Amino acid sequence: MNFRKYLVLAGVTVFAPVGDSLLAYGMKQVGNISLHDFGSLLLAISNPWVGLGIVFLLGFFASYMSALSWADLTYVLPASSLGYVLLALIARFALHERVSLMRWLGISLVSSGVGFVTAGPEITRRPPKRPTISDKPAAEHS
Amino acid sequence: MIRHAISDLNAWLSILAVVISSSSGDVLLSRAMKQIGDLGTLRAKRGLAFVVLLMLRNRYFLLGVGCMAVSFYSLLFGLSWNDVSLIGPAAASLTFVANAIAAKIFLHEHVDGRRWAAALLVAAGVVLMAF
Repeated sequence: MNFRKYLVLAGVTVFAPVGDSLLAYGMKQVGNISLHDFGSLLLAISNPWVGLGIVFLLGFFASYMSALSWADLTYVLPASSLGYVLLALIARFALHERVSLMRWLGISLVSSGVGFVTAGPEITRRPPKRPTISDKPAAEHS
Repeated sequence: MIRHAISDLNAWLSILAVVISSSSGDVLLSRAMKQIGDLGTLRAKRGLAFVVLLMLRNRYFLLGVGCMAVSFYSLLFGLSWNDVSLIGPAAASLTFVANAIAAKIFLHEHVDGRRWAAALLVAAGVVLMAF
């Protein structure tokens, strides 16, 4: 693991909860959508909060794809779950919301999970096989 | 009363749809990215346009994006029927466990005790954080 990889994991961690929060806020403005009115679900993206949420989720997607290109899925998902902790800390210290005891317990469990997985290797080592495209020298492709 | 039951049913159906489509999408995208290789190295060697083109030509990537789109709209549907404090944690925690199982079966990842513990701790923590 190097600084660039930690930065990519930080991107996955931050962009997803912010994007989800914006989506939730926007969907509360849009209101209930029936299964028979699928068109309204497609039109929901015209709400500015939903639109901004989508922009953040695109940032998450780019970071997530980058992380999956060098780490296992079962490493990336728990390692990037610190976003839940981040949201709770923002709620407590920036928005001065009350955070219940159960929530602090949840935060400690998530943090333990992150600690467990990041202490191990990020990728399953396998015997050498066909090289991926990124392993080949650039000259071979031009 | 009936409206409340319909709301709960729709919420749990959407959670189920999110878990299945999200796990399938994660597995497909992970397989696609492993085929392509380290995006950072590749971008440095060949440029961003080349990386984007490689991703768009990978069928696992396209299928994975399709699954993620289904997951996204299932989430929007669920959020329109119930609180984010139910939909978010329930879908996320179940997805963590489903992903660990799917990664072991389909991606042959070495999911050792440490990773199982991490997935279960995070899943339990996410549920508790809803209270």
